[in-house]
Amino acid sequence: MTALFSRFGGGPDARKTVTFGDAAAVRSLPFWSLVSLIGIIVLWWAGTKPWGFPSDFQQAYEAKAAAEGDNITTRQMLIECGAAPDCDDSMYSQFLGPRTMASPIDTWRGFNVLRTDGFADHTLWEHSWISLWRVIRGMFFGILFGVPVGMAMGLSSRLRGLFDTPVELFRPIPPLGILPLFILWFGIGDPSAVRLLIFASVWIMIISARAGVGTVKLSKIRAAYSLGASKPQVLRRVILPNALPELFTGIRVALGVSWGTLVAAELVGAEAGLGSMIFRARNFFRLDVMLVGIIVIAVIGVLMDVFMRFLEARLIPWRGKG
Amino acid sequence: MKELKVSSVGMVYNVPKSDDVIALNDVSFELEAGRLLTLLGPSGCGKTTLLNILAGFLAPTSGTVELGGQQITKPGPDRGMVFQQGALFEWLSVEQNIAFGPKMNGASKSETKPMVEELLHTVGLAGFGDKQIYELSGGMQQRVALARCLANDPDVILMDEPLGALDALTREKMQGLILKLWQETGKTVILVTHSVEEALYLGDRLFVMAPRPGRIERDYNLPFAEIGLKVEPRELKASPDFIERREEILSLIWEMEEQIMGHGS
Ligand SMILES: Nc1ncnc2c1ncn2[C@@H]1O[C@H](COP(=O)(O)OP(=O)(O)OP(=O)(O)O)[C@@H](O)[C@H]1O
Ligand SMILES: [Mg+2]
Repeated sequence: MTALFSRFGGGPDARKTVTFGDAAAVRSLPFWSLVSLIGIIVLWWAGTKPWGFPSDFQQAYEAKAAAEGDNITTRQMLIECGAAPDCDDSMYSQFLGPRTMASPIDTWRGFNVLRTDGFADHTLWEHSWISLWRVIRGMFFGILFGVPVGMAMGLSSRLRGLFDTPVELFRPIPPLGILPLFILWFGIGDPSAVRLLIFASVWIMIISARAGVGTVKLSKIRAAYSLGASKPQVLRRVILPNALPELFTGIRVALGVSWGTLVAAELVGAEAGLGSMIFRARNFFRLDVMLVGIIVIAVIGVLMDVFMRFLEARLIPWRGKG
Repeated sequence: MKELKVSSVGMVYNVPKSDDVIALNDVSFELEAGRLLTLLGPSGCGKTTLLNILAGFLAPTSGTVELGGQQITKPGPDRGMVFQQGALFEWLSVEQNIAFGPKMNGASKSETKPMVEELLHTVGLAGFGDKQIYELSGGMQQRVALARCLANDPDVILMDEPLGALDALTREKMQGLILKLWQETGKTVILVTHSVEEALYLGDRLFVMAPRPGRIERDYNLPFAEIGLKVEPRELKASPDFIERREEILSLIWEMEEQIMGHGS
């Protein structure tokens, strides 16, 4: 997908005669990324056509509609189904068709409405920004707490001993697992969401900062001391810049995890934000809104990664060239 | 100028669940200021260990090291170190790498700028100041490492196989550069190498070291470094004197290697 943002052209590998098995010669060709993107949209569109994914429910519906000649809504259909003795639960999930999947066109229309009028008290941009701003704050504090602790763990045996236990203990907890507790303590919305994201990112940042300190070559440290650097100078001028690549990897991972965690957390624990928007849309059977929400989440996720890669290329040009 | 005095230095590594390794046993020597000492010997005879002790990175288990009457206990700017590779700071430009030492000691950019220019010129990298480290070849990187070390104006320059990772041709050029710098700056240089030819060509003094326990087996005073400053290196290396010495030392090292092999099997 991100291949769409990469440059076109032959590249340095164009004249390699053997590429099968040469991992360096394999890259994502933008054309084929475009093909798969179009393929996804076509499948999506087909899925909303009656002939696209025929199902028992769909056929039952078509038959009923033809017999009775009226145009009932999905909601009515589901209610009727729920009331009917021969309709079991599996039928709810069995069908995929125009009533349970918004078509690309409907989604586009929904997108335009969301942009201007909004849904659940906020426009699409407001929902997106609310979510993004939560991630930014969560990441900020996650980095602020995580990096010093991780670096301390990489530099001092005593501090490593001290922090090892909490890190090993808390790191495996899936953030969503403690969300109910956070909601209980801090209430729904920002207070619990931001804290949850700090919890989601801080362990990742600690681990990557610790690893970053660990990757510094002894000869670099020794060279710095021989050149007359003091301990604080070695920390600031050698250890910290040397750890930047690892820190960046950590930030990228933490950002991805935070984004996924947040949207899921908002489904239950927030009154605004993309996750909450999707959840409310479900209650009102606004399939178009749900799909717009899902797509926006995906696009923001991709853009965040593209942005991080851009930053990385700018800030750490030496990465992978050592 | 400061004399280096090494008195009965011993170094024992305690290896868990195995015998202790005697990396150095009772090593003593004195080195007047301005000499170029090369260290040669089979792998594991303690060359790196000795250099690390001189640099102050390791404290010997016995004995003392003094530079100009002062005991060495920790690394300091009076002893510069050039590593085999990978000790340059990739996040800094060539210029910034060279200015690192003076900057750590509080020099401003305007103070270091002319000196850096001059050093770039000395090591043959004039005009490369703005380049990034990863844009340079291995040989050029070692030139930067040399310049960075010289920028601090150390009394002693320690080099652990500084040319070990370079190709033969680049290596010869760099040997010439080291000789030239040694003559121009008059600094004490201690250089570890695995190449007998390099040790002979560069060393105005040469230790052949032996392993198990690590010690100085032979101590040569050599004329070639002085001659090398005037004569073509190729010519010098083909001279009968040079070849004779080379064969002598080679057979010495071969004997040691065979003893080690005999021990091992
Ligand atoms: N940190 C260490 N712990 C245990 N033993 C060590 C350590 N460093 C070196 N040794 C041992 O001390 C001996 C001398 O090592 P040293 O690295 O000084 O040898 P060297 O002459 O530099 O070898 P080479 O030519 O391969 O670089 C070797 O037997 C080595 O195994
Ligand atoms: Mg060595």
